[in-house]
Amino acid sequence: MAECLHCGQNVPANSTGGAHFCCHGCAAAYHLIENMGLESYYQKRCLDPETQPIRPDENAPAIDFTSYVQTDDETTASLHLMVEGLHCAACVWLIETVLSRQPGVVSARLNMTTRRLVVRWRIGATDPQTLCASVSALGYRLAPYDPVLLGRESERQEKALLRAMVVAGFAAGNVMLLSISVWSGQGGDMNIITEDMMHWLSALIALPAIAYAGRTFFSSAIAVLRRGHTNMDVPISLAIALTAGMSLLETMRGSDHVYFDSAVTLLFFLLVGRYLDRRARGRARSAGEHLLALATGSVTVIGENGGKTIIPPAKATTGMHVLVARGERIAIDGVILSGTSDIDASLISGETIPTSVAPGDRVFAGTLNVSAPLHIETTAVGENTLLAEIVRLMENAEQGRAKYVAIADRVARLYAPAVHGLAALTFLGWVLLTPSPWQDALMTAISVLIITCPCALALAVPTVQVVAGGRFLKRGILLKSATALERLTRIDTVVLDKTGTLTLGRPELIVPEKADAPWRLDLALAYALARESLHPLSQSLTRAFDELGGEMPSDRGISVCDVNEIPGRGLRGSLDGEDVRLGNAAWCGLPLPSARRGTETSTEPRQSTKPPLGPEIWLRRPDAPPRLFQFIDSPRPDATQAVAALKRRGLNVLMLSGDREGAVAYAANRVGIADWRAGCTPSDKTKVLENLAAQGHLALMVGDGLNDAPALAAAHVSMSPSSAIDISQNAADIVFQGARLDPIVEAIDVAKQADGLVKSNFALSFVYNAVTIPLAMLGHVTPLLAAVAMSTSSIVVIANALRLARARARV
Amino acid sequence: MTVLVYLIPIALVLGLIALAAFLWSLKSGQFDDMEGAANRILFDEDDGPIPPHKPH
Repeated sequence: MAECLHCGQNVPANSTGGAHFCCHGCAAAYHLIENMGLESYYQKRCLDPETQPIRPDENAPAIDFTSYVQTDDETTASLHLMVEGLHCAACVWLIETVLSRQPGVVSARLNMTTRRLVVRWRIGATDPQTLCASVSALGYRLAPYDPVLLGRESERQEKALLRAMVVAGFAAGNVMLLSISVWSGQGGDMNIITEDMMHWLSALIALPAIAYAGRTFFSSAIAVLRRGHTNMDVPISLAIALTAGMSLLETMRGSDHVYFDSAVTLLFFLLVGRYLDRRARGRARSAGEHLLALATGSVTVIGENGGKTIIPPAKATTGMHVLVARGERIAIDGVILSGTSDIDASLISGETIPTSVAPGDRVFAGTLNVSAPLHIETTAVGENTLLAEIVRLMENAEQGRAKYVAIADRVARLYAPAVHGLAALTFLGWVLLTPSPWQDALMTAISVLIITCPCALALAVPTVQVVAGGRFLKRGILLKSATALERLTRIDTVVLDKTGTLTLGRPELIVPEKADAPWRLDLALAYALARESLHPLSQSLTRAFDELGGEMPSDRGISVCDVNEIPGRGLRGSLDGEDVRLGNAAWCGLPLPSARRGTETSTEPRQSTKPPLGPEIWLRRPDAPPRLFQFIDSPRPDATQAVAALKRRGLNVLMLSGDREGAVAYAANRVGIADWRAGCTPSDKTKVLENLAAQGHLALMVGDGLNDAPALAAAHVSMSPSSAIDISQNAADIVFQGARLDPIVEAIDVAKQADGLVKSNFALSFVYNAVTIPLAMLGHVTPLLAAVAMSTSSIVVIANALRLARARARV
Repeated sequence: MTVLVYLIPIALVLGLIALAAFLWSLKSGQFDDMEGAANRILFDEDDGPIPPHKPH
């Protein structure tokens, strides 16, 4: 079968776009690109099968972008948009080029990482509708994006951290150069005036740098101290501030004990760690953005007189009469007044096969209207929709987990007061018990602070995490939460979602064991109908037909003509003047599924012995009983081994699914899971996890749909495949790539190893402290020696953490 | 040692210029989209004639 030159989908035989395109929209998009001389796009691009095809939808109403336009100055205006359907860099190039060739456009810039498009134009030369239409015509979907509301804060913080890191790095380098000059000059030919000048210069560079770059630590330390707690930032801030303050005093006195270099370098390394940590979790920040982008579609309201107005979903009210075009995402909850169509509810239920809907059925915000326009009466908007309900569930669950504190912070609660107490004791002891001046006593106390400076402690966890993160990255596993590794080590239960997690989320035709000639003939007949349709089950059927050899039975030529598709029901065609149908049971004149199970035994004994596994379609032909084609969502290639590996590690494995019982039982049986539950709603899943937690079990939840997001947030720790929708990826602590499930096992193993290393790191730093603190308190350690000792302990901790990179996986 | 009077300020000023350059590039958004920038270089306008690709 030919592939559409524009979107790469199969071309149905009666396509409106001719022989080379699947629809009129694709043909128009192709010619638009060709006319602009940009057809090299088709050679440059690589289509991502995970992304929706770039198919222009003529029926989609234009969103009114006028209210989102920002006026930059007197002559230019700009519009911030989110683009859906980006496949690769070629799409970025195409969109930017098409936009920048529009008259009046000053600049068009599409950020590939965040999928945000900023377009600027001269006021009056063009208007936002024209610009957006030129991109929509290529097949990309645009959603307005309000840069003021979304993601600005965390982005600003990340940039501030980077700025602080660079400033600290600059200061550290320069102060270190000056210090090395002083050290090498000591005892040599450097006179005291030059040395003092060097110290003053160091102070001049270091103090503003510390004041600027250390704000992250200082403000955090002050904030927790105000609440009466301590965290790792308190000893860090105190050590830096005291070292800097003491060094300034020493500089004023013209003494030798100046340690600006230590303070600034420590600050620099700590900031590098913080920044890397923040970057690794950068993806998480788009959580709200995508949710809001889904909700910021538009609603086409049909007025009393039949006129259409397009309004933002926020302005919709219950009782409104709304038109939802084919391919449009529904922005409100409602009841269908007229029209039959298929609804893709994968976002809500995780079910990947569109369900057919008819007047009277309920539809929910966030679902996609696949095949025909619908008229809907609104029943709930905004905060009252099911989508908003799921988001609320997720937020509640996340707040529960936020109580979890990283090991380092828990240790710091005990460690920081102890260290400060010891330093204070040292100072008092030296002032009261010895005749030395208070400055010397303070120097000794600072030595204690520096030598106990929680560097090793502060590094113990992050270094292991960075190394583990690096090892994960090689395997395509992305660690998003700082405490996920620690939490992962303690789990005793693994909860798996079915569709899209344990399975690939793609229906496959079940070929019976004896695929005899009549069955093959029926398949060929069904194929003749199904190739006209873009419905996922039809596509799966044509794929199966091609895989089975793709030959039409030779004894009887099949020529089906006048094929047409009835949305929400099925296909109809004419074979030798007689009516053939392919579609759901009702469409083929069969009783309802519940009644059918009983009657079917007599006509189709072979098929009735199996439970209903998944989606099914019927073929009705003139001269024989209806034929049933069943589909199954096939498990990921290594699902059975992965489940077995989890069980070998002594973990309980549980499966929760929103799917029907038969399909869930079949999948559970196939991968070897004894404990499963079917027909779960998002809140059911959350309840199961809460019950597990109440019984003292710590669970790892693996899921991919929006319906899993609350459960992901409620679980002790959670993972999501990279094929999951963004919201689930954001709710999950760990995201893994690829079609296999062994990253779950790998992650658990690495977490256990990492846990061992963290513990040995803590042990190392405690042993080190036990040896050095008494020495420091007795005044045998100068601050310089203390700084050397501290660095050594840090290096030991880092070297220990690096062992994780060399360890082999034992899957 | 008097040479230090020139060398140290020069070193510091050079360092500050580099710092200012980095902060400017950060502010002007050059670190916003590392992925896109890496790919963008491959998609320039001047990559020569491309064989026509017509529907046939």
